[in-house]
Amino acid sequence: MGYNAFRVFKEGLTGNKGWRPAWRDPEPKAEYDVIIIGGGGHGLSTAYYLAKNHGITNVAVLEKGYIGGGNVGRNTTIVRANYFLPGNSEFYSHSLKLWEGLEQELNYNAMMSQRGIINLFHSDGQRDAFARRGNMMVNQGDDAILLSPDGVRQHAPFIDFENTRFPIYGGLYHPRGGSARHDAVAWGYARGADSQGVDIIQNCEVSGIDIEGGRVTGVQTSRGPIRAKRVGIVTAGRSGQVAAMAGLKIPVESHILQAFVSEGLKPTIDNVISFGMGHFYISQSDKGGLVFGGDLDFYASYAQRGNLPMMEHVMEAAMTLMPAIGKAKVLRSWGGIMDMTPDGSFIIDRTEIDGLYMDCGWCYGGFKAVPASGWCMAHLMAEDRPHEVAERHTFERFETGDLMDEEGTGSQHNLH
Amino acid sequence: MRINCPLCGKRDRREFYYMGSDDYMRRPQEQDHQAMHRYLHLRDNPTGLGPELWQHEAGCGAWLVVERNMSTHEIRSVALAETVARAVK
Repeated sequence: MGYNAFRVFKEGLTGNKGWRPAWRDPEPKAEYDVIIIGGGGHGLSTAYYLAKNHGITNVAVLEKGYIGGGNVGRNTTIVRANYFLPGNSEFYSHSLKLWEGLEQELNYNAMMSQRGIINLFHSDGQRDAFARRGNMMVNQGDDAILLSPDGVRQHAPFIDFENTRFPIYGGLYHPRGGSARHDAVAWGYARGADSQGVDIIQNCEVSGIDIEGGRVTGVQTSRGPIRAKRVGIVTAGRSGQVAAMAGLKIPVESHILQAFVSEGLKPTIDNVISFGMGHFYISQSDKGGLVFGGDLDFYASYAQRGNLPMMEHVMEAAMTLMPAIGKAKVLRSWGGIMDMTPDGSFIIDRTEIDGLYMDCGWCYGGFKAVPASGWCMAHLMAEDRPHEVAERHTFERFETGDLMDEEGTGSQHNLH
Repeated sequence: MRINCPLCGKRDRREFYYMGSDDYMRRPQEQDHQAMHRYLHLRDNPTGLGPELWQHEAGCGAWLVVERNMSTHEIRSVALAETVARAVK
């Protein structure tokens, strides 16, 4: 059932009685070719591309809650390709290209908005570092423009340019970056996967992974055992627990990241603005709410709620960057569980168990990666070899020291 | 969240630096890159009670082993890391 303007018009005139659920609610079968554990953005896009790119449609996505109920429906929705290191650079570049065609691909309005991202800098040294990053982005084939303070002022006249501690020296502008409607991305991929025959099974919690002779044979779930010769674990903040079901210990520690939304305001902020000195970033949603966030709470947690010290820090950073924000009221806040790796980059790889694959370690950058993560995970599971834009994202790199530490902050999980 | 420092008493979380799991207490002595990899990177990442290493950075500076519940943030016990290390030996 395709969506288009004519149908919206027709349904509007006929009492909206013709709409049908966007995906089925099937009972789990006894066996599938592939099981994906985790029905978040990455799991759903993996299932979608398994069907679309590789013709593998006998696939189940097992979700313990409901589709769109996890981090994919609770994030700050930023999409960008401004990475620096070889490995990350081509992966996120690939992802942004997929984002650009996503709505046509899925026939679903993901409200992709390439409103541009501005990373502010506040010293000569930082300007040099951003100029270098910009050159890397341009070399990768993406876009980057180094803005003077006046250039920033044209986009964002409301920020405090004369701040004594952090005066604005300029910004790195990434015009193709922006934001997308987070839960629509999940719904769009769910509908797209379902229409190709993938079973999306909600309220189905995996409680065990069956392994015989070093090979995966299926999973135990709250809705009974399901067999499959290939299983993908795509469970973000819960990756450590699910890996432990297969006896694996992975380089991931789960941390809390908070984000905040203000009351709806008239259009103020056209772009996404990041203020690195406060580890703060802000944009305005299409509903008018200012969406902003900061750093991790810094200690391991599964609580899905943050603590007050980081909240205070984020508010202080907001006031430092744009004092006018003090007039707005915070509407709500939340904390999501982030699967932090020791180098801040993700993992899409096989495990030591045949047929068992993992897609994890997204730290707090998982949303922008949703299309390419699924694309590469599907490739890995279908062909049993990594996709070229994710071939460096292995478990082994931690052992060999071939790390991708984008921020250069060392091997502690919470420092990225 | 407050942490009861054995030397200073109950203090705000902001006075403390978080290092991570108490795996950092067991640095391998041998020159073995696999052991080093396990020590630095691999984590149990428990959802319940887990011992971890904190430092009372803005207080007495002592390193502490804190037993904390990862799902509720409830703190079970706090001990000086030095005491814990000696008890293990």
